[in-house]
Amino acid sequence: MSFPWARHYEPKVPFMRYLDEKLPLPRLIYNAIGAGYPVPRNLNYFWNFGVLAGFCLVLQIVTGIVLAMHYAPNAGIAFASTEHIMRDVNWGWMLRYAHANGASMFFVVIYLHIFRGFFYGSYKAPREMVWLLGVVIFLLLMATGFLGYVLPWGQMSFWGAKVITGLFGAIPLVGEPIQIWLLGGYAPDNAALNRFFSLHYLLPFVIAGVVILHIWALHIPGSSNPTGVEVKSESDTVPFHPYYTAKDGFGLGVFLIIYFTLVFFLPNYLGHADNYIEANPLSTPAHIVPEWYFWPFYAILRAFTIDFILPAKLWGVLAMFSSILVWFFLPWLDKSPVRSGHYRPLFRKFFWFGLIPAMLVLFWCGGAPAEEPYVMFSQIATAYYFLHFLVILPILSWLERPEPLPFSITEAVLGEDNKAVLGENTTPAT
Amino acid sequence: MATTTGTAQPEALGPEGQLGEGVRRRDFINIAAVAAAGVGGAATLVPLISQMAPSKDVLAESTTELDISAIEPGMAVKAVFRKQPVFVRNLTNAEIAAAEAVPVDSLRDPQSLRERTKEGHGSILVTMGVCTHLGCVPLGAGEGENKGEFGGYFCPCHGSHYDTAGRIRKGPAPANLEVPAYAFATDTTIVIGQESA
Repeated sequence: MSFPWARHYEPKVPFMRYLDEKLPLPRLIYNAIGAGYPVPRNLNYFWNFGVLAGFCLVLQIVTGIVLAMHYAPNAGIAFASTEHIMRDVNWGWMLRYAHANGASMFFVVIYLHIFRGFFYGSYKAPREMVWLLGVVIFLLLMATGFLGYVLPWGQMSFWGAKVITGLFGAIPLVGEPIQIWLLGGYAPDNAALNRFFSLHYLLPFVIAGVVILHIWALHIPGSSNPTGVEVKSESDTVPFHPYYTAKDGFGLGVFLIIYFTLVFFLPNYLGHADNYIEANPLSTPAHIVPEWYFWPFYAILRAFTIDFILPAKLWGVLAMFSSILVWFFLPWLDKSPVRSGHYRPLFRKFFWFGLIPAMLVLFWCGGAPAEEPYVMFSQIATAYYFLHFLVILPILSWLERPEPLPFSITEAVLGEDNKAVLGENTTPAT
Repeated sequence: MATTTGTAQPEALGPEGQLGEGVRRRDFINIAAVAAAGVGGAATLVPLISQMAPSKDVLAESTTELDISAIEPGMAVKAVFRKQPVFVRNLTNAEIAAAEAVPVDSLRDPQSLRERTKEGHGSILVTMGVCTHLGCVPLGAGEGENKGEFGGYFCPCHGSHYDTAGRIRKGPAPANLEVPAYAFATDTTIVIGQESA
């Protein structure tokens, strides 16, 4: 599918014509990220993060495959093989720092990508499937990030593995057998490390597969845009190439500057010093926290401290998983016909002064020790978080009086849409 | 880029958007950006390819020191150099005579015993224990092993026969057993892997 004015791929040399008949791969690329994909002309820089996330996935797969050539997933030598990579392997230090900080940058990019979706209503029809697949990718990404953090087999790796698999132990009746089954033992050891490595290598390719579905689903309605008004005519779009390849190229340059600043000057800034101590099943580090990208969810987990019908531990686990699962229902919780937060005065207020501060508080509390006042702060923020999605968004949908939408993207950009005046754009406004 | 038409040219560049001599600013930026990305992308291949080369711990094992004082004439020992076998053989006078009796020109890989040993240590023959055919370990260094038709080494994989100087005499191997770089650190110690002690 595409808009009727989309450019068509025309192979220029005989070989490309031959290839186009037998295996139209260049045509696929042309229509996906080339001149054959018409994109709204008014995308802002928040629309860069999809391409950047794709770049991060490639970066992580390439550096990861290379690291796996030197890493040994055996509890006896995993820690030593990580140090071997850092000290002996040619460029090993750079590849490992690139992979570890690449994971952090991946989450930075993905969080901004998700928040772009929250604010501009990207999850709404006709793009629900794009959103649902995106949530699946995010869950897979979290699993992959966690599994990868266990592999160096330092103290944080070990205790992270113990705590996260312990979450399954909270399930009534079957919890403990499940935890033992997941670990292949009573505590993380060689069996767990080996399967974690196997899955850490597998999941990125599963992610790549879901990413293809995500992009496929996106290309059916085409990209959304900051006004949330659907494309009506050719003057609303520009071809992806060269306009957005150039803009994404610029964004990539900015991304790389920040990324390599981390890799070369602050490679351990986002890590924990305790992970340079080999795993010790008999000694827990004094302050154990997950990687920064799990902090909001870790804060939600720890926000539940009182048994209420169910044990507090189970409430925490349920809330933590629900905090992401609620995203799956977002397209049906937010019923407002107006897509973009730009034209929704109330939604905008709750977004900037409700959801964003709540998430920041959760971030902050997740990395802080489990003591007051952080527990109370995370309880308040957790309450708001669920209130926002489950109560505020549905109520806003019918309470709010949205601001007037521009007739078309062209009008939003140029102040007028001549073709619309002439009655050439007959598609009704969305 | 084929789609540079139809968009406004910066006014400062005049009606044609020229930077003199027919070069448009957009062309310059395009070439500069693609060149920078290309060179940068190519540069990332350096660590990705280089990481597969021997790491520092492997390189640290690149020399082997060996005490040869206990090797009696007629005996040989096997040592390990860079994870490969090395044969060190103390030749008897009869073996030396047998090797020197062969006309060098008649050999497949013409080399005299003198060229394959160090001056002053003419009876010590150091060779890799790696057949030059396809890399098997020849027999002949161990007690009671088949030394082949020429009294040196015999490769059981494809039947290459080496003489007492480790030179190929019969069978499919193309060259003599390789003499690795080595040096005498003392009269009774050799260091394999470096030319001078």
